[in-house]
Amino acid sequence: MTRTDPLDVPRPDAQLHFGVFFQGVNHWTIWSDPASGSQIDPANFRRVAQTAERGLFDAFFLGEGLRLREVDGQIHDLDVAGRPDAITQLAALAAVTDRIGLVSTSNTTFNEPADLARRLSGLDLLSEGRAGWNVVTTDNAWTGANFRRGGYLDHADRYRRAEEFLTVARAIWDGWENGAVSGSPGAPAWAAPGAVRQVRHKGPQFDVDLAPTLPRSVQGHPVIFQAGDSGDGRDFAARNADVIFSAHGSDFDDALAFADDLRYRLRAVGRPDDDLRILPGTEIIIGATEEEALEKKHWIRLQQVTPATALGIAGLLWGLDLSDRDADGPLPKEDPVVAENDGSFGARRITDPRKVVAEWREKAETHRWSLRETVIALGPQRGHVGTPAGLADKFAHFVRHGAVDGFNVTPYLIPDGLDDIVDLLVPALQERGVYRTEYTGTTLREHLGLREPLTHRSTTDRRQAG
Amino acid sequence: MSGPALRLAVELDGDGAHPAAWRRAAHSPDHLLTPRRVARVAAAAENAGFTLLTLEDGALPPGATPDVVGRIGAVERAAFLASSTSVIGIAPVVPVTYAEPFHISSQLASLDHISIGRAGWAVSEEARPEAARAWDRPRVDGAAARVRESRDGVEVVRALWDSWEDDAVIRSVATSRYLDRDRLHYVDFTGDTYAVKGPAIVPRSPQGQLVVLGRPDLVPAEQLDVALVEGRDVAAVTAAAAAAGTPRTFAEVEVALDTVAATADERVADLERHTPWTDRGRLRHIGSAAGLAALLGELRGVVDGVRLHPLVLDEDLPELSRLVLPHLFERRHAVRPLPGASLRTHLGLERPANRYAAGAAFEALEETR
Ligand SMILES: Cc1cc2nc3c(=O)[nH]c(=O)nc-3n(C[C@H](O)[C@H](O)[C@H](O)COP(=O)(O)O)c2cc1C
Repeated sequence: MTRTDPLDVPRPDAQLHFGVFFQGVNHWTIWSDPASGSQIDPANFRRVAQTAERGLFDAFFLGEGLRLREVDGQIHDLDVAGRPDAITQLAALAAVTDRIGLVSTSNTTFNEPADLARRLSGLDLLSEGRAGWNVVTTDNAWTGANFRRGGYLDHADRYRRAEEFLTVARAIWDGWENGAVSGSPGAPAWAAPGAVRQVRHKGPQFDVDLAPTLPRSVQGHPVIFQAGDSGDGRDFAARNADVIFSAHGSDFDDALAFADDLRYRLRAVGRPDDDLRILPGTEIIIGATEEEALEKKHWIRLQQVTPATALGIAGLLWGLDLSDRDADGPLPKEDPVVAENDGSFGARRITDPRKVVAEWREKAETHRWSLRETVIALGPQRGHVGTPAGLADKFAHFVRHGAVDGFNVTPYLIPDGLDDIVDLLVPALQERGVYRTEYTGTTLREHLGLREPLTHRSTTDRRQAG
Repeated sequence: MSGPALRLAVELDGDGAHPAAWRRAAHSPDHLLTPRRVARVAAAAENAGFTLLTLEDGALPPGATPDVVGRIGAVERAAFLASSTSVIGIAPVVPVTYAEPFHISSQLASLDHISIGRAGWAVSEEARPEAARAWDRPRVDGAAARVRESRDGVEVVRALWDSWEDDAVIRSVATSRYLDRDRLHYVDFTGDTYAVKGPAIVPRSPQGQLVVLGRPDLVPAEQLDVALVEGRDVAAVTAAAAAAGTPRTFAEVEVALDTVAATADERVADLERHTPWTDRGRLRHIGSAAGLAALLGELRGVVDGVRLHPLVLDEDLPELSRLVLPHLFERRHAVRPLPGASLRTHLGLERPANRYAAGAAFEALEETR
């Protein structure tokens, strides 16, 4: 796919957007290598954010997890864990970056709208319009043990609360008229009379009455991200989000099907079908040649999937504690147990573990794989592997065919894991005309080519109509 | 008066301590909530030689019309300032009446990481009933109930700061373990109105425990590192400081100084035409720089430090920086902070041992017997 025959593709001018996801808790970030740095040292957050900015990325993301993960009642000790509060960390990064968007994953179950809306507005003002909010709902009651309310809310109610939460947050963000604050110390009042409206909301989830304390930023509202794959999650995104994170970014057909599904859902709620950016999370492994890239991938997988991690992943599939088995030996002889979902991290929604185990056994036998090799080959998969030129061609194909709008890159090494993407892949993408060569705006909303915030659009429309 | 040199703190919220301060600010009102303005004032305080800056906050607007009704959250401002300053300590005001202690703990521990050990927490409360409506929580009514919430909140936050031992991240390649789970601890707090499990999500921060400041009538003394004491005259401050029972005491001092353009009295009178400067029972110096230096000299030996509340930041900070602080530093009545040291170090406070680690060591000792 090159630029010579642009008319063959549905989106010949489409540009790829990159975000970087500094992961907090996961086993994909390699911690065992001497080059792997601290997961809490502020210098590493700065380094990654500044590298991404050098690479003209749209955004820097932080995830959220409000309880340390446990498996069988014990704190999970194999993976990277321990992270800063996202908005606090991003506010610090606002001072040492100029253009890159700063996106906080913040859940709507264990926060209150006035507080979270205000914190996000503060980030938006301090970064001059670069804030984003990845709205998540937290899918376990077990996190609730750290909060005043205790564990609560089932799956359906979580999205109901999320939607009303967002409604209240938007009302708070819209509480001040543009230009509410006077431009002169000689004015009769600091804020023009009537320019700050009291927000009163009474609904099934929230009953609030408050005077918002902040003006809108230059981008209007923080950009809304959604990360969730269920039908409820996708519908929520279609109604509310500017960007969706997905797990559908490795296989082209799968990515396209997901994108088509979302475009359908967007049209169904009366939004233009180009109103939402789709940025699947991905890992990108680059080598000078295909062979080198594959070798690198092999090395990376061995670091990520240690024998203990392999036994942990297999244990989730089998529903058994396999921690005392030999990961370099054969697959367990036992049949898998179909476990109850207790809501803790250890519970995975594997619908038919028997079927999966049968497949694993068959493949392992054919290839003479150990348990660990089987987990690496057949367990959770992710990402793209190749040369800068090969990856650039592939990504150009993805984006020009509307399968994705870009990727949210998860570096496997902190703090240097983004360097070869910025130094090698970005120039290759630029050569193909699918990546910006400079920032053309200053806000996250502008980077992503988004329209005005949803609530503000209707005001504008009303004004035009009137 | 003699005694150890004072530590100097300054409150930097809004345009100054007077509600109408915005009318005399050196910038237009709509610049108050911009990053440049936030950074500029903090840089001025850092360059002047203050040891600590504090940032007032709460869920409600900072004042009523016609005065300033906008404010960026103190934690967000503090984090932003932590990476745009390098020496000064930074303590956001965070009320704990309705907020989640788990979130406060994470936010403040993160601030300590970001500032590499320069963070503090000024504990306050949401006394106005409207705050409950903003938070959508049952009203915490009455002083006693608010003190209970503060006590429980500070207890949870401090316990969470200890819930990771300093060396809980072990990165043991030999055993494939990133964490040593024996060095992580559930806090298992159960208070009057809620329970918190723990551990924290943030590893233990550089200072171990941030410096906790607060009013001794609102927070139990044993939970405070620094009591913020009030009193209209030196005798009242002396009595309050003596009664505080905290490792350190700071006197609250409201300040309006003479400038080249106008005397302090004229400046106050100008603002009083618009809005009254509420008397909160604090020391108040309205007058010359020399007079303020003399007052602060008197406080040496009475308190460990002072927190200044300048009438108008844009007018009083330059005078403090030009005339008052150099005078105090020269006579060693006050000290400047040193680059690279933690806020605890600046206040002469030790880095506390981890409560759980101490217990673990004790248990290990028992086992070997
Ligand atoms: C790429 C991606 C990143 C996510 N990051 C987080 C996160 O940081 N914190 C969190 O609580 N949930 C996170 N989630 C989980 C979702 O918010 C959501 O709770 C979960 O997918 C279940 O929702 P669903 O049933 O709609 O799929 C993430 C999901 C995806 C796909």
